[in-house]
Amino acid sequence: MTQALFSHTYGNGLVLVAERIAALESAAFTFLTPGGASDDPDDLAGLAGFTCEMALRGAGDRDSRRFVDDLDNLGVERGESVSDAHTSYSGASLAANLLPALSIYADVLRRPRLPPDELEPARLLMQQELRGVEDEPSQKVMQELRRRHYPHPWGRPSQGDAAGIAGIGLADIQAAHARHYRPNGTILGVAGRFEWERLKDHVAAALGDWSVVESSPPPDGVRGTRREHLPHESNQTQIGIAYDSVPYRHPDYLQAWGAVGVLSGGMSARLFTEVREKRGLCYSVYASYHTLRDRGAIVTYAGTSAERAQETLDVTLAELVKLAEGVRPEELDRLKARIKSALIMQQESSSSRSGTLARDWYHLGRARTLEEVGAMVDGLTAKSISDYLAAHPPGDFTIVTLGPQALEVPLAVS
Amino acid sequence: MQFLKHRLANGLEVVAECNAEAHSTALGYFVNTGARDETDDVAGVSHFLEHMLFKGTPRRTAEDVNREFDEMGAHYNAFTSEENTVYYAAVLPEYQDRSVELLGDILRPSLRPEDFDTEKQVILEEIRMYLDQPPYGADERVKALHFGGHPLGRSVLGTMESVAALPVDAMRGYFERRYAPGNIALVAAGRVDFDALVKAAERQCGDWQPLESPRPIERAQSRTGFECLARANSAQEYALQLADGPATEDDDRYAAKVMATIVGDDSGSRLYWALIDSGLAESASLGHYDYLGAGLYMTYLSCEPEPTADNLRAVLEIYRQVEDRGVTQAELDQAKSKINSRVVLGSERPRGRLFNVGGNWTQRREYRSVRDDLNAVEAVKLADVAAVLAKYPLTRSTTVCVGPLAEVKLT
Repeated sequence: MTQALFSHTYGNGLVLVAERIAALESAAFTFLTPGGASDDPDDLAGLAGFTCEMALRGAGDRDSRRFVDDLDNLGVERGESVSDAHTSYSGASLAANLLPALSIYADVLRRPRLPPDELEPARLLMQQELRGVEDEPSQKVMQELRRRHYPHPWGRPSQGDAAGIAGIGLADIQAAHARHYRPNGTILGVAGRFEWERLKDHVAAALGDWSVVESSPPPDGVRGTRREHLPHESNQTQIGIAYDSVPYRHPDYLQAWGAVGVLSGGMSARLFTEVREKRGLCYSVYASYHTLRDRGAIVTYAGTSAERAQETLDVTLAELVKLAEGVRPEELDRLKARIKSALIMQQESSSSRSGTLARDWYHLGRARTLEEVGAMVDGLTAKSISDYLAAHPPGDFTIVTLGPQALEVPLAVS
Repeated sequence: MQFLKHRLANGLEVVAECNAEAHSTALGYFVNTGARDETDDVAGVSHFLEHMLFKGTPRRTAEDVNREFDEMGAHYNAFTSEENTVYYAAVLPEYQDRSVELLGDILRPSLRPEDFDTEKQVILEEIRMYLDQPPYGADERVKALHFGGHPLGRSVLGTMESVAALPVDAMRGYFERRYAPGNIALVAAGRVDFDALVKAAERQCGDWQPLESPRPIERAQSRTGFECLARANSAQEYALQLADGPATEDDDRYAAKVMATIVGDDSGSRLYWALIDSGLAESASLGHYDYLGAGLYMTYLSCEPEPTADNLRAVLEIYRQVEDRGVTQAELDQAKSKINSRVVLGSERPRGRLFNVGGNWTQRREYRSVRDDLNAVEAVKLADVAAVLAKYPLTRSTTVCVGPLAEVKLT
């Protein structure tokens, strides 16, 4: 399998990184644009999300309706999200419609109309999104966990808070757009069928003369409470546990990835086996790796009925602590088989790949080919992961629970 | 792209869409059994049984099953619906034989009582999880109300009570009746070696004893109604509304899907502009779902409690208008572009094709290529949309609300 990976950095700092997958009939794109939840002023939490919502309500020559109509006529499947550091706009369509779709999104980034009469409808929508999270306790507990685990202003939910959403005015949105939507720091990932030279020239014409805006990342603040129970009238208690890991660009990233895979990659992994299969404590239990640019974390979730929540917390924590004793070669072999098939299957769909390319560039300043990732995984050994774990034993946990009653954290766990 | 099929002597069918260009192989056993095949005394057994198939066979423990799937690097899972239970894996082509063998082996499970008792706790946790997530409750209730006593009104999960009371022997009896080879198809898509697939199926499943396992299909006679389930600690109010639509065997299902896209797609539809763009609702959508002997349109609305009645009236007014005046050519063309793109994107992975090929074969004994589906959508005309709306009016519906409101008054 040969991969055709291309990249170009325009004069204003905008990066285009693209991978041609000739067998596909589609093409997908992901814009990672500066301006995430960590950039929200404390009293205007939700500003990045609100700005994103408003940017989609008409841009350039198109009003809100024409914007949606044109994308629908092109058959562009689209999505947008706000993470800690970015606002992301992505889409996928038949290959022939890629360039017209990129032109429309260039307007979203550079010339959103931010129409005043759409401000209140957008606010209503933001308020409802915030309420919607209250009805999804498993999502809620993980939001509250991340918020407490990372130092301020990292780990905040993109939905913001009620006071922030109520207080945001049009001038705040205009200012956020002017400050954050900029070419320096924006990364466009493209995957699927395209002609590189045409794509590069098209992006140059659409975004090459976009003006640079100087900026600096927000400073780290203090961490939140490390233990908290949030009372909630429900059948189940939700348990969230987080501990520090290395960021994606750290040389030890793959060791950390291997370690969390042993915990939670596949149904033979430790958490699923010990918590669900052997004890029947949970339907859903997992651990996953999460990264910011300068720090990473392993976040663990389990949801179970209130009367069995204490046992679930105890068993889950015990597995996390036990990980420091190392991993077995056969556990790693299974992980390698999983990643090998996942890497090959990534070639069968454009959508996920464009996002990976853009995020790779953000963290590494370049994109890795699938062959390179494969070779790195081949280099992993049970000993290398065990050595990493001995040096970075899971501990210093942030624990947030949500449910009818609080749980005891065992004393042996710090 | 080539479609091939073969039938074993005991009735088990092997069908595949073979694509030499694909990087991976997706395969699955499609069992024609689900909630509609249950009775009250075993409510929820199909889904519980699906879990139990991963708990071991005479040759494998539960740990062996999970470990062996992971050794292949398989992306594997299973699901249960009203009318089928599917066990599937996406693997690299070199693991085709091994995954046919492993999936086939788990289709003859031990159903050990101690595993049954442990897994029952997992199922009860799954139900508790959904009980904490509105609109769960409303979806089960609205189906039961709409379908009355028809088997499609049954819940896939069952209830806490029905699952807790289920004895292992009742599950064994259900398994014997429903997992007969004539009721199962082995389906594959992507890079498939068909000769090897048939041989592996013969080796693994050839000695399964045939047994008649009929499923009576009666056309559903739906009802209408309106209910409100109070749930004080919900933040939002949710409404689910069902109306009749074309069934799996009806050719006008394509017109129904195009119409539902125009009226109620997530973005750019009539419901979207009236309710989402305006901020009146968090979500408002219309989708078409088809089963053997019945089809459904489902309206889903979530919003703040206070404007619920107004929003439901606005939905009704949109439905009245489209029934009276139909849709425009521009709307029709736009919906076709959207569906076209979705079909192509959704078919890129063998995994995506597996469910399409398997669904068509088990429901209609029919093979449809991606091109066939695109052509069928392309062929839909304004008159077809008008005809399907006349035959299945959206305004004749059953509604259940769940949320903080004790009642929702439409008039």
